[in-house]
Amino acid sequence: MSGLGYALSDTVVLAKRSLLRIPRQPDLLLGFTVQPVMFVLLFVYVFGGAIQTPGFDYEDFLIPGILVQSMAFGGFVTALGLAEDLKKGLIDRFRSLPMSRAAVLTGRTTADIATNVIQVAIMLLVGLAVGFRFQTGVPDVIAGIALLLLLGYAFSWVFAFLGLAASSPEASNAYGFIVILPLTFASSAFVPVETMPSWLQTFAEVQPVTTMVDATRALFLGTPAGNDVWGAVVWAFAIILVFGWLSVWRYRRAVGR
Amino acid sequence: MDGPVVETHALEKRYGDTHALRGVDLRVEPGTIFGLLGPNGAGKTTAVRILTTLLRPDAGSARVAGLDVVEDANRLRERIGLAGQYAAVDENLTGFENLEMVGRLYHLGRRHSRERSRGLLGQFDLADAGDRLVRTYSGGMRRRLDLAAALVARPPVLFLDEPTTGLDIRSRRALWDAIEALVAEGTTVLLTTQYLDEADHLAGRIAVIDHGLLIAEGTPDELKLQVGGDRLEVRLCSRDDNAAARDALAAVGDGRVEGEDGAVRVAIRERTGTIAEAVRRLDERGIAIDDIAVRTPTLDDVFLTLTGHHAEEEAEEAVER
Repeated sequence: MSGLGYALSDTVVLAKRSLLRIPRQPDLLLGFTVQPVMFVLLFVYVFGGAIQTPGFDYEDFLIPGILVQSMAFGGFVTALGLAEDLKKGLIDRFRSLPMSRAAVLTGRTTADIATNVIQVAIMLLVGLAVGFRFQTGVPDVIAGIALLLLLGYAFSWVFAFLGLAASSPEASNAYGFIVILPLTFASSAFVPVETMPSWLQTFAEVQPVTTMVDATRALFLGTPAGNDVWGAVVWAFAIILVFGWLSVWRYRRAVGR
Repeated sequence: MDGPVVETHALEKRYGDTHALRGVDLRVEPGTIFGLLGPNGAGKTTAVRILTTLLRPDAGSARVAGLDVVEDANRLRERIGLAGQYAAVDENLTGFENLEMVGRLYHLGRRHSRERSRGLLGQFDLADAGDRLVRTYSGGMRRRLDLAAALVARPPVLFLDEPTTGLDIRSRRALWDAIEALVAEGTTVLLTTQYLDEADHLAGRIAVIDHGLLIAEGTPDELKLQVGGDRLEVRLCSRDDNAAARDALAAVGDGRVEGEDGAVRVAIRERTGTIAEAVRRLDERGIAIDDIAVRTPTLDDVFLTLTGHHAEEEAEEAVER
């Protein structure tokens, strides 16, 4: 087999390993299933009445935003898993094996795609149950779901780097929140950007999550897309390239503990 | 294979201000067990990490199985197995799944990986536990699984970094037996340990390492001779019997007797029967004994003799990387 063939088969072996653990750790399983449901219900029924979204029902406004947020956080298992592998010496074992150097990372991030699919499905179903409706055709909806998964994959690489850079699994979790939470809340995900103070609007408009949320709204609700869809795709690939490179660099010099 | 399986020249490694290895020369002959003995922070783990391609040396060179650890790292990884001090196995997989994963990552193929995994589980007394999640395993079972994982690809060279640290005596014995069985089949083993008895029991040659430098090397017997070997230690009921006891015991060992204040130490060559003979001789002269034991020198004795300081003090100061 060629080097690329081995890289792919190593990735599959390690992605399977990452996925096997999820049903075996009930707390993780809750994170992937109950948490997204809770988020949708809380936002719709707690904040929904208080937030004005001119031109939209709040359910319609919210679902694309909350989907992007859960994609942004979907990779936390990668950070957690890599930090644990470092702590327990598994990274040492992997690095002593004649396997692809990147497979420990691509295995994790590939497994995230599978869990992200589950999350998107659950949230869309709950969304439809509380009143969310697609206002575009099937091709746009499919493109929107594909875009969400691409965004989720990109953020997995951010988490891969955080997991390798953090000193412990707990720390990797904390870094994840510190990096991702401000990006998702100071964006167009939950409230119209126009309602924020002007300095925050500036930040919200240039950062990637707003572009990603607006792109998803365009594909699900038919709002004017402008350059948002392409912008979101470019952001995703830029994040994958930068954090993919950083993660592999970090992995090569990773030492147990 | 001709020539040494592991050979290092003037190996050096620094982490910031810590000089973890300060020019280490090692030579391990094929089909033998080589013990790298030292306290925490001595540089043992650093040496193993360099030899298993996890770290690059700052200076010096190292070859394993005829391959340079830096230049030929990729090819070398196919020929080595590593079992570390942490039992590097995935807790959320079963024992079988762990081994199968490692087999796949050695590119053994699905069928071969599965057959090999079942075989190893049987060999390491884990057949019944093979389909249970590793997080239900005891410490000894995890170490055995970790060792099995290092053996999946039948590597000719095996590195064991403190394989029994933290294990109870029974589990240690079981692991020792497994390691000896491997060497009987031709595997070459380099193991690090903090325990003199472990190095003594397993290794054909021992190198003592301290502060990143080799301070002694030889067979276990040579090393123990340097330290003074086994000792008979007798505590007398009355310190007035001291001189009489030394006379009585002079013929028990190899003639070296020391002691005052009612405690007599005799260097001995042979453990068997020593206590009985000593008791008989003391009894003949009417000397009452409070306590009597044969003591094997510990790592601490080795260090005290070779370096003038205790091994344990080092352990507290140093941080192994």
